[in-house]
Amino acid sequence: MSGSGHLLEIQRRMAAAVMHPLTRAETMPRRRRDGTSNLTEAEAIIRPNDRLTAFERLEIYNRQYWFRLYSSFEEDFPGLESILGREKFDVLMRAYLTDRPSESFSLRNLGSRLQSWLGTHPQYIEPHVTLALDMVSLEWAHIEAFDSEECPRIGPEALAGIGEDSVLHLQPYIRLLALSYPVDDLLIQVRSEAGSSTSAANNASASRKRRHVRRVAALAPRTIWLAVHRHENSVWYKPLDEEEFRLLSALLAGKTLGTAVDECFSASAIPEEQRPAWLQEAFAAWAALGWITSETGRSDLKGTA
Amino acid sequence: MPANRFNGFTEYGVGIGLRIPHYQHILSRRPVVGWFEIISENYMIDGGRPLEILDKILEQYKVVQHGVSMYFGSVDPLNREHLKRLKSLARRTRTPWLSDHLCWGSVDGRYTHDLLPMPYTWEAVEVTARKIRQVQDFVEVPVVVENVSSYAEFHVSEMTEWEFLTEVVERADCGILLDVNNIYVSSENHNFDPFTYVNFVPAHRVAQIHIAGHSKFEKYILDTHDHPVLPAVWRLYARAIERCGPTATLLEWDDNIPTFEEVHGEALKANKFLKAAAEAPPDAAIPAVESAASQILEHTGVSR
Repeated sequence: MSGSGHLLEIQRRMAAAVMHPLTRAETMPRRRRDGTSNLTEAEAIIRPNDRLTAFERLEIYNRQYWFRLYSSFEEDFPGLESILGREKFDVLMRAYLTDRPSESFSLRNLGSRLQSWLGTHPQYIEPHVTLALDMVSLEWAHIEAFDSEECPRIGPEALAGIGEDSVLHLQPYIRLLALSYPVDDLLIQVRSEAGSSTSAANNASASRKRRHVRRVAALAPRTIWLAVHRHENSVWYKPLDEEEFRLLSALLAGKTLGTAVDECFSASAIPEEQRPAWLQEAFAAWAALGWITSETGRSDLKGTA
Repeated sequence: MPANRFNGFTEYGVGIGLRIPHYQHILSRRPVVGWFEIISENYMIDGGRPLEILDKILEQYKVVQHGVSMYFGSVDPLNREHLKRLKSLARRTRTPWLSDHLCWGSVDGRYTHDLLPMPYTWEAVEVTARKIRQVQDFVEVPVVVENVSSYAEFHVSEMTEWEFLTEVVERADCGILLDVNNIYVSSENHNFDPFTYVNFVPAHRVAQIHIAGHSKFEKYILDTHDHPVLPAVWRLYARAIERCGPTATLLEWDDNIPTFEEVHGEALKANKFLKAAAEAPPDAAIPAVESAASQILEHTGVSR
């Protein structure tokens, strides 16, 4: 290999080695899944020194890459880990991160494609497919609610002028979930047991930190509706009625207030005469939480996966 | 020399990294700290607690941004969303300079989230300098680049790391964040004299210095940022200050983070070097810094 015109080639070859999965013993494999010899590749690119072979030097980066990703993923999805147990979670994590390496400058987005990936790879969460998917939905909603934008609350003047044809906007940090299992309480419990993150500026991880994980016994199914939101900069899971969920979902979809209300009560057991009071109460609660805003958020700075 | 165009003509003294375990202490006790360095990416978000904390810090402290994922050395084009968020944050923090690493870490749109070493080739000099200039033009804040610690060298390299750094910063016309701990770590891993490195870099471009701890393993040293600064690194720091004058200095401590007082106390050891360099007349600066270095090293039980 000559010294010019090859920067891209070197970066591709090194990245292929660094991002290739480790062995179960968390070492760099001698041969990759496609048959490429890591030994030959390392010797072709990396200079050995008096203490380490080219392979061993490259292996430091291979291990660092995976340990950093494991750490971030484990921190983001402790609830999923508690459902699957350590061993199955590890297998899932390695498969997902191999199939969907990060395409964002921020590790915050590492799990953004997990839900859709699990949709096509349910074997990693069997036999708890729905429970695990519910948990992943909640955990990703938590991440998004934590750092999404907060817009100014709607003012009293604008509120007074609202009519059937008005379009109301909800805070960009609100995520609405319809779940088949009550995973909210479980996640609160698991998160309270987990430690906080650190934000490192170095480029080394000497070892993989392991957290004690308690396998969760199967949870009984029960349909719940949640608003994952932020209040005073903490993330909360607010249980909703089915009608509240429908109304908020319609508003989030940009439907007019009139249409949203129609959808809300389309299959509702709430007697017609009680609906005005119900609506008043619901909107009063949402307004108090600051959920209704006059803006839609900054489209130019939206996070990407 | 210390206040130069690469650090916005500031004289910031000693700072520490702003880390989550210290948030409460800083906000409740309001300790006297020269400045805080933040990891830009942790605050390049749309809202929530991190930004609220940052705003409170900004009310009372000077903040400098340090990035970990611009990857000046990657052949991949710059990420426009990244740049826009970085610029937006720079306006919020009013950072006098922005730093990131002289490394690569992404290829074909995939990110390793690591600081991978550069092959020291002329092609890499050109690619890296061009991207630094692009970032500098876009964010409109002086950019300084930090040397990384490394564990591998490439067959294709055509120059030393210090020659590569110098070529890049001269062509990009940018500043240097000289990490003396990284120099030490790499010197042990690659068998070179760390003082040759410190003596070579263009001192007039050094805008900031990093100090940190590292971990020794049987066959190599890792840049772990989880220890106090080791004597060998203080010696390199002393030499850097001799050459550069009293330069903004920051202690990095990212893992096994002890109390705020312990981290701050460790960082403040740098003040002896800075004061000695600042108080001494130009021709006496070197002996004065050497004397300060001896005091620190005696205190840590190591002779020079």
